[in-house]
Amino acid sequence: MSSAVTRFAALLAVLSLWAAIAHGNARLGVVNPVLLPTPAEVVAVGVQSARDGELLRHVLTSLARVAQGFGLAAVAALGLGIVAGMCAPLRLMVEPVVEFVRPIPPLAFLPMFLVWFGLEEASKVAFIGYTTFFPMFVAIAASVLRADVMLLRAAASLGASRADLIRRVVLPASLPGIIVALRLGVGLALFVIVGAEFMGADAGLGHLIMEGRTFFNPAQIVMGALLLGLLGSLINALLLAAERRALRWRAAA
Amino acid sequence: MAGHTSRERGGLEGAAPAPSSKKGLEGAAAAPSNKKIQIRRVSKSFGAAGRTAPALVDIDLEVADREFVCLLGPSGCGKSTLLNIVAGFLAPSAGTVLVDGQAVTTPGADRGVVFQEYVLFPWLTVAGNVEFGLVLKGLAAAQRRAVVARYLDLVGLGAHAEKFPVQLSGGMKQRVAIARALANNPAIILMDEPFGALDAQTREVLQDELSRIQRLEHKTILFVTHSIREAVYLADRVVVMTSAPGRLKQVFPIKLPDLRDRFAPEFTQYESEITRVVKEEVAKVHP
Amino acid sequence: MNDRAGAASLVTSLPALMEAGLRGPAVPAGRAWRLRLAAVVGFLALWSLASGLVVLLRLFNPIFLPGPWVVVGAVIDLAVKGQLWGHVAATLERVVLGFATGALLAVGLGLPAGYFRPLRNLVEPIVELLRPIPPLAMLPLFIVWVGIGETSKVGFITYATFFPMFLTTVHAVRQIDPLLLRAAQSLGAHRLSLFARVILPAALPDLLTGLRLGLALAFFVIVISEFIGAEQGLGFLINDGRNFFLVPQMLGAAIVLGLLGYAGNALVRLGERHLLRWQSPS
Repeated sequence: MSSAVTRFAALLAVLSLWAAIAHGNARLGVVNPVLLPTPAEVVAVGVQSARDGELLRHVLTSLARVAQGFGLAAVAALGLGIVAGMCAPLRLMVEPVVEFVRPIPPLAFLPMFLVWFGLEEASKVAFIGYTTFFPMFVAIAASVLRADVMLLRAAASLGASRADLIRRVVLPASLPGIIVALRLGVGLALFVIVGAEFMGADAGLGHLIMEGRTFFNPAQIVMGALLLGLLGSLINALLLAAERRALRWRAAA
Repeated sequence: MAGHTSRERGGLEGAAPAPSSKKGLEGAAAAPSNKKIQIRRVSKSFGAAGRTAPALVDIDLEVADREFVCLLGPSGCGKSTLLNIVAGFLAPSAGTVLVDGQAVTTPGADRGVVFQEYVLFPWLTVAGNVEFGLVLKGLAAAQRRAVVARYLDLVGLGAHAEKFPVQLSGGMKQRVAIARALANNPAIILMDEPFGALDAQTREVLQDELSRIQRLEHKTILFVTHSIREAVYLADRVVVMTSAPGRLKQVFPIKLPDLRDRFAPEFTQYESEITRVVKEEVAKVHP
Repeated sequence: MNDRAGAASLVTSLPALMEAGLRGPAVPAGRAWRLRLAAVVGFLALWSLASGLVVLLRLFNPIFLPGPWVVVGAVIDLAVKGQLWGHVAATLERVVLGFATGALLAVGLGLPAGYFRPLRNLVEPIVELLRPIPPLAMLPLFIVWVGIGETSKVGFITYATFFPMFLTTVHAVRQIDPLLLRAAQSLGAHRLSLFARVILPAALPDLLTGLRLGLALAFFVIVISEFIGAEQGLGFLINDGRNFFLVPQMLGAAIVLGLLGYAGNALVRLGERHLLRWQSPS
């Protein structure tokens, strides 16, 4: 059985299990049936919201925030990370600041961003930017640092100057690590955007999910969560495909 | 070390290769005592201040133009360190290295290097690797293609120009590395146990290849190995080093024809003689 | 020793690059310490300068950028008044309970799942389905189900930390070199003794790393659940500060939370070093 078939079968199995539990509960009344929505109910909420055009609005809002926040952080992390990888004094100076900020959960700063930027888009974008910047910066600097000294030696004995070494060896050699760092950033942004939209937002999937709590509509919560999972998987798959394309040389069959 | 003192340190300017060997098509035009590489009283110690360990002590060696010199010795004798210093990857703790009379402190396109671990650029194709030095020099694409084709054919990999290193076997990778070094047209090629990571059969095949290439290209080669057989097969002179800290122990000029027979009695005689000397040093590492 | 000039130029010099790659020559310990200290001092100085300038030039309401000493002062104030400890305790309790439950479940289920394929085939589809969903998305569900009390918070942390720890535990078992198992079996180890004497020790390094990451995740998500419907806790302190723009309190509580997370991580690492003595005997 191919892996795709087994996965599909597993998915069906889980869905059936869920449906069985939910319907069974509705029949037997073990808990309030509203608390345990059936798959059908969840889909219904989604369809309803899609018809209003609301669903698309929320999805696009969330995605826009992620894209902008991540985009800003990625540019900064690339620029600073590559430079830090090559400049030891800069590294040593930035290191304590990074170590200080690292243990503090980014979400702990969410209220700060709301205070600083109000309830506008800027607060969410800035928050996503902050959250994703440090991990990406550290990973990119580490990747640049790891460039194999033997590659540098080989290039130098072919006549490479220091500028050549950076342009033609360090950057291509650290590209795989840089891409991993960027993927990490996107994953982190998607992880955190929900939480950021719980408070002080009136649009976005996180807000939609929180609405489900406010109006005692668990089906909406589940719908939002599943949709998020789907979006995340899709984006991840796209990124992996792009990575494979960019790093063709790694596993040329 | 009685009996060897006359060979150590003092008069180790290698005897120039006898004019009858190795000149091939050029005739005797090359000046036999043209000193290409001069290693003068080079020493190297590693470690932080106060806790240094000497790796090389007072190395004096000269390599003539177009000569093939092998550095031979037990593990840890510093032969790779010496090669790295000549390549410009390490700075000596004392002494200097001169190439064509100029001191070398950094690597350069005049000294190509072939490493034991191949060190191909994984993100470039075979052709991309071979033309790396040419791109740096600013050669036009058409010219580069011609040079790449020539050297890939020389090492027998003409059909694999568009493959990536990850698709190649060890032997193939090393051939690409050799082609890459040659394509840049350095006068000197430094080779650090280039066939050490290969199996015995591939090793011998590549030794034959290298011998053939050298008969065509006539580079100055400094070759590090711990295989006596390999050294006798390839070298004009074999320089045996002591165990750590490394000094020069003895130099053996090899007076064999260009095309060598591994089973000829003269070959075997060189082998035994050198083995005896090397074993003395090995015994110090593994008493 | 030739001068490397790596100290003078900003980007590592060519000889230094050749010798040791981009790491450059090892910066002598003394100099490294001084650079780090300079960095910390510089950071604090910059921060103080920025907040000072805000006041001086009336850029915006200085409440938005309190200087470092104000933040520290706020924390000390809370500590002295005795309020801080209640919040710290509340947060710690939730984290510890949630993490412990999650870890027990993850390891308890993960170890057998790593070893027995049928069990793995049973559990993995559910895990694979739930994994792409950010755990934070499920928080409101917990609240709807169980209310906004302690149970929902602890339950949520358990849920959030379970999946990654389960997956790392399964992986820890699966990556065990089968040759180790064969060697042990040929020496007479079966079932229980095999498990206790080979599988567990061999899986321990990756397992502990997974636990460490799970603990970090617990700290990561506790804040958000304390923003919503809590009366105590560091997260509550942070969010509550919003009402009266108590920015020093917000920043201070965040820093305390960071310290707790750091301490937790250090503790696990200590445990690692002890349990994994065999990895690096001195």
